[in-house]
Amino acid sequence: MLLFVVRRLFQAIPILLGVSLVVFGLVHIVPGNPIDMLMPPEASPEVIAQMKAAFGFDKPLYMQYILWLLRAVQGDFGLSVFNATPVWGQLITALGNTFVLAILAAMLGFTMGILLGLVSALNHGRWPDKLFSAVATVGVSLPHYWCAIVLVLAFAVFHDWLPAQGMGDDSLPLYQRLEYLVLPVVTLSLIPMGVIGRLVRATVLDIIGQDFVGALSAKGLARWPVIRHICKNAAPPVLALMGLQFGYLLGGSILVETVFNWPGSGNLLNLAIFRRDIPVLQATILVLAAFFVMLNLLVDIAQAAIDPRIRR
Amino acid sequence: MSAALQIPLDPRDRGGPAQPLLLVENLRKHFPVRGGILNRQTATVQAVDDVSFSVRKGETLGIVGESGCGKSTTARLLMRLIEPDAGDVIFDGDAVGDRRGISVNDMRRQMQMVFQDSYTSLNPRMTMVESIAYAPRMHGTPRREAIDRAEMLLHRVGLNPRQYARRYPHELSGGQRQRVNIARALALEPRLVILDEAVAALDKSVEAQVLNLLGELKESLNLTYLFISHDLNVVEYMSDRVMVMYLGRVVEAGPVESIYRHPRHPYTRALFASKPTLDPDRRTTEMPLTGDPPNPINPPSGCRFRTRCAFAQPRCAERVPELLAPVAGDADASHVVACHVPEAQTPKHHTTEVGHA
Amino acid sequence: MSATTIKQGHDARMSSTLQTEIAITTPDMPVGGVTPGYWKSVAGRLLRDKVTMAVTLVILGILFITLGAPLVTSYDPYAGSIMTRLKPIGTPGHWLGTDETGRDLWTRLCYGGRMSLLAAILPVTIALIAGGFLGVLAGYAGGRVGTLIMRTMDVFYAFPSILLAIAICGLLGNGLSNSIIALAVVFIPPMVRVSETVTSQARGLDFVEAARASGTTTLQIIRHHVLANVLGPILVYATSLISVSIILSAGLSFLGLGVTPPQPEWGLMLNSLRQAIYVQPYVAALPGLMIFITSMSFNLMSDGFRSAMDVRLNK
Repeated sequence: MLLFVVRRLFQAIPILLGVSLVVFGLVHIVPGNPIDMLMPPEASPEVIAQMKAAFGFDKPLYMQYILWLLRAVQGDFGLSVFNATPVWGQLITALGNTFVLAILAAMLGFTMGILLGLVSALNHGRWPDKLFSAVATVGVSLPHYWCAIVLVLAFAVFHDWLPAQGMGDDSLPLYQRLEYLVLPVVTLSLIPMGVIGRLVRATVLDIIGQDFVGALSAKGLARWPVIRHICKNAAPPVLALMGLQFGYLLGGSILVETVFNWPGSGNLLNLAIFRRDIPVLQATILVLAAFFVMLNLLVDIAQAAIDPRIRR
Repeated sequence: MSAALQIPLDPRDRGGPAQPLLLVENLRKHFPVRGGILNRQTATVQAVDDVSFSVRKGETLGIVGESGCGKSTTARLLMRLIEPDAGDVIFDGDAVGDRRGISVNDMRRQMQMVFQDSYTSLNPRMTMVESIAYAPRMHGTPRREAIDRAEMLLHRVGLNPRQYARRYPHELSGGQRQRVNIARALALEPRLVILDEAVAALDKSVEAQVLNLLGELKESLNLTYLFISHDLNVVEYMSDRVMVMYLGRVVEAGPVESIYRHPRHPYTRALFASKPTLDPDRRTTEMPLTGDPPNPINPPSGCRFRTRCAFAQPRCAERVPELLAPVAGDADASHVVACHVPEAQTPKHHTTEVGHA
Repeated sequence: MSATTIKQGHDARMSSTLQTEIAITTPDMPVGGVTPGYWKSVAGRLLRDKVTMAVTLVILGILFITLGAPLVTSYDPYAGSIMTRLKPIGTPGHWLGTDETGRDLWTRLCYGGRMSLLAAILPVTIALIAGGFLGVLAGYAGGRVGTLIMRTMDVFYAFPSILLAIAICGLLGNGLSNSIIALAVVFIPPMVRVSETVTSQARGLDFVEAARASGTTTLQIIRHHVLANVLGPILVYATSLISVSIILSAGLSFLGLGVTPPQPEWGLMLNSLRQAIYVQPYVAALPGLMIFITSMSFNLMSDGFRSAMDVRLNK
């Protein structure tokens, strides 16, 4: 097991390096210099050169990459070219906000998904199963930015029950600030609910079809203990998918954050793109992708811990 | 079924009847096993280790052994479906893959193979004639001619072309598909056909029919067979000579009569002892083979059978026994055995003859 | 393909589709289970599948109103009038209402679908060709070439897809072609992975070995034996990607990264009508409804194909 963990860690290193190279390279697929794009056309060459030196854009590309990577590893992503504040600070605040959304959405979506998947598998072919299949298909093909708009329509426009945008003020009491979370969390939880629910249903049906479940029932085991056995065997693939889905929630919430004006990492990325704020952009993508890689690593390890067959 | 005594002249025959059709010398294939943190090679599976044998023109050489003994790997090495690590394969006097010998491609036109799984060895999207005509067409035979020949071959293997030519693999039974596979192997007019467990997956009655077909084809087309099987009865029925393999090595080889009547290697004897027989008079007192073969990743030193051998002695662990003909006795000199313990070769308690169907 | 970590999809949605996709090609249903005689039975099962037939009709209908937009509407998609701004659904002359600059919404939806479908289908097609090629190559060649290709794909897999698409699109600047490039880059890795899996399965089958044993060249083997047998699963996967692609490409436009105004495009329309949400809520929701219906139709169609091709069901 230890060997497995160490091996997986080693395998993650080239991936992380590749990720950093892609993030760095992305910026340079566009011709021109980040500073040139930012400066007003009437700026004197001296000022431009000064700015370039200040942000390190005057060095050769590979040096820029190495320096950027070395600093990035230490959590230093430089200054935002838009407002000259440290990127790290902005990123941490935004990531924190996204994290809150992602965790709540994951908890809601996973619970609902597992419950619905179980219920429909145990009622295979009957109406709860058919209903759930329909709901899951809808959930999976719903453009969630549109769903967000529909929810805002329903709960903030037609009925003034919930706030439509933002995350509230620090001065507001806690329960009022929680109100701001409801709509984005529900929106975000729909996809994981559909995806997890489908997998739970498929896995449980698969396990029910296997011989050992028949043997357990034949042994005279009651319904609930059999279900417990099924759940134990269904856990590894579902767990793996939950890990990935959490990663998508973190990295993919940009559209939903935009609709709800939620000051998370997705919003930060969006702003960075429109402000051409390269350091912020690089840092956001790099951190999210690195997080995603590490999450996958954790999922792998957790899976191996549950299911010894996966260990090699 | 003995070898045809008179071999009609094949224009491709180069060395005459005395020259073996296939000569294999010190063939070796070790597969790397990767593992560890950096996925380095940590061990090797010695799938085929220093295997030498020859196949005479017109004969059938049977290869027997438990699963995992290297039979199939040997077949794939001969066809060059996998590259050998070492060793020479000489086809009718020409070294295969050698600049002065014969190219792998030319060798493949004279040597063909029938696989065990009749279903997966046919492309599910091709009809029977297409499958049979495929290889000749890829070698430049015009379409019409290749298809005519394919239909003839179908007829030859006992399938009515009108009925079966346009069918797809899933529309045929296992026995019928295997007949098609044989026809496909014959389409390039090979001289040597490797039958890798070709009848193992068939029902017993179908198996007998296919075996008879193989016999007829051999006679009429002057074929030479390399017949690989784990079924001792079938090998006895088909073969002129037999080679017994254990964990990637040849342990015994010789004429079929001699091997089946007087098996010398303790492994061969144990193998025969495990052969079921219904005749109470022929039950043997020989100790049956117990346990699984050792892991080929770390085969035992010296004689690889010693860990399961009742007669093992200290020297068995030290030196690899060579394939030698017995020094004394009435035995056939072509019957060779790789064992250090000659006295073990005629056990006292072996009173009745080993099952002999 | 052990090296990383990331096993399933690449986007929240793709993960589900990719996973079931691979399930049909695991040993239960070898890729070799596909035959012309078999295609007949697939077609038969498809015709009997009411849901698949219904969504296929929906897709054909959408294709008709978008490609044949001039036939179903007489308005100019670009011509608006201040006088007719934000009319509700059911207004005479504008049965689906008008948008914030007074353009007929039905007309905008019809013409907008052209752009949305193009921006969604073209990246998948590019990914199908490029990813399919790389995947078949990696699966058939194996060894170093295969490892190099698959490891490179692993790196791209480390980005959640929306993030990668937005990053590429944001840096290249907005516009239809950049959005197509961005999405193609996003879809190539999963395409490579699916085709690599089915190809390496096909490669291990005996009939490929038999073809090799009779001296057939590698190119001939790939053409006659491998491609014919892996194309089905790859195409089904591509269909399911279109469903994702419609949501993502409209999402890019929604963020202002894809198609630029005043071009009609569903995502872009959704974004500009968002301002009108308090005035004409139903009209504002319509472009999103189109995205949703189209995406779900492709999703269900791909599901239908998949189960029609699954031999396990008709044993």
